[in-house]
Amino acid sequence: MATEHSRSSARLMIAPAVFVLLVWMLVPLIMTLYFSFADYRPLRATFETWIGFDNYASFLTSSSFLSSIGTTLWMVGSILMITIVGGVLLALLLDRPMFGQGIVRILVIAPFFVMPTVSALVWKNMFFNVDNGLFSYLFKFFGAQPFDFLSQLPLFSIVVIVAWQWLPFATLILLTAVQSLSSEQLEAAEMDGAPALSRFWYIILPHLSRAITVVILIQTIFLLSIFAEIFVTTNGAFGTRTLTYLVYQRVLESQNIGLGSAGGIIAVILANIVAIFLMRIVGKNLDN
Amino acid sequence: MGRITLDKVQKKFGEAEVIPPLDLTIEDGEFVVFVGPSGCGKSTLLRLIAGLEDVTNGEIRIDGNPATNLPPAKRGLAMVFQSYALYPHMSVRKNIAFPMKMAGMDQAEQDRRITKAAEALNLTDYLDRRPGQLSGGQRQRVAIGRAIVREPAAFLFDEPLSNLDAALRVGMRMEISELHAKLQTTMVYVTHDQVEAMTMADKIVVLRAGHIEQVGSPLELYHSPRNTFVASFIGSPKMNLLTGDIARSHDATTIGIRPEHLDVVERDGTFVGRVGVSEHLGSDTFFHVHIPQMEEPMTVRAGGEVGLRHGDTIHLHPQADKIHRFDAQGLRVA
Repeated sequence: MATEHSRSSARLMIAPAVFVLLVWMLVPLIMTLYFSFADYRPLRATFETWIGFDNYASFLTSSSFLSSIGTTLWMVGSILMITIVGGVLLALLLDRPMFGQGIVRILVIAPFFVMPTVSALVWKNMFFNVDNGLFSYLFKFFGAQPFDFLSQLPLFSIVVIVAWQWLPFATLILLTAVQSLSSEQLEAAEMDGAPALSRFWYIILPHLSRAITVVILIQTIFLLSIFAEIFVTTNGAFGTRTLTYLVYQRVLESQNIGLGSAGGIIAVILANIVAIFLMRIVGKNLDN
Repeated sequence: MGRITLDKVQKKFGEAEVIPPLDLTIEDGEFVVFVGPSGCGKSTLLRLIAGLEDVTNGEIRIDGNPATNLPPAKRGLAMVFQSYALYPHMSVRKNIAFPMKMAGMDQAEQDRRITKAAEALNLTDYLDRRPGQLSGGQRQRVAIGRAIVREPAAFLFDEPLSNLDAALRVGMRMEISELHAKLQTTMVYVTHDQVEAMTMADKIVVLRAGHIEQVGSPLELYHSPRNTFVASFIGSPKMNLLTGDIARSHDATTIGIRPEHLDVVERDGTFVGRVGVSEHLGSDTFFHVHIPQMEEPMTVRAGGEVGLRHGDTIHLHPQADKIHRFDAQGLRVA
């Protein structure tokens, strides 16, 4: 990319890709913006192109908006907690030399390859099901009453399912970080009189901090748009309605495309605010 | 106090015996250098003393107390690693304070020791920097500072200068020697560089494949190497080892003559050969001389300005009392 000539030809060659990406992104965004200012309810055959900020006002003032924000934060927060804590522990465990290391690592990473819908269905029918689920058998085996996870602890159940899916990702990233820690540093700490727990706290954890911020950033972006797991298990009932799911309900269940689009735009804005904050933190962490 | 005794210490990795049973005593206050080619087990031996590796058989005693099964932290030794092993996320001050913090020392004493170490090592201006912002030599000094503040029974150095450039290495060599003179603490130093060994050590331990080939002061090793391995390892450039008729005429299988013990004469030399590559160092010139009867060229040290060129004929005469004689097993003949 040194000469003027190669630079301009490079620009020419990436132009088609940039064009397709722009169209792919801009067209839906502009349509959503357009609908968000319209009163568009297809089943009632209503279509009024400009009603100002009415959709935004009614979306923001409805009681379900605030509760959905709370649910989203709760869900994303607890999944992050589980995957980071579990990921660090698993990474440390997998870093140990052991028999069948290659196979164990592949098995640990496997859940990440299962599609969200499939894994939610598997959890719903094979683990959480009151009549035939594995957990019910387990409860009965110990003489307890089978527990209906999905209706008694719906939010917790979804957190478990999604955490199960994302734990491998966190483990993978953190494992590479653990492996990049020089063993001489740990030995030096050992010579300096640091017991295992102090070595973890003062040497390993600071070393992992970059990887942890990267995991938090990437996971937050993906977790804000959890949908399939909620759709398959609770359909948004019992306090599992996240912002994403609320938007879906407004568009498809209430058949109010204008209101849903306004919700979508609000979700985009909120997600960007979160992303900017996270990028700042990551940037700070990567600097030093 | 720091008297370290190794009693029949052996180390095996699985079936492979890295250190065959070995006895060694390091006296209090001594500067001992383990030297040998790479893979001779010198680092492993140091790690055994440090407690970073488990001893397969035998016993290690520090000041007469058994230390074989003590964890590294309890042995009262401090180690300086080849990569320095500084903690990158901590400032220099925190790096140096870390062992004291782990020992639960009170803050005032910590500060006192940090200040003292920083002054001794010229680190006062850098205490609030991170290791990443320091040069190689400064990092080396931080690693030494972290070792000093613990006031250990002995310092262990694992090839500490091998990541520095040549000029800095000479400087650090002096600083470590100074430090030893000042602290009078036992130091065990591992290197593959015989120059470091010769210049710094009170006592050199030459190792080959885990065996101790010879233990002695630098000049003992230089003047009376116990076998051909030590003879060729100590001294730079290497000793010339000659076999055949010339050796038989001295009642030996092999004779060794150091380059500095060969005189260049006008005529009638013991050896007559052609000058090959010559290395001019200014103060000295090293000639590689090809002698028809011998496969290997001989190395000769001559003065700085000798008017000999590539291809010239040269006459050499060894200094009679400086010839080392070795028998068929390669051992020194007295």
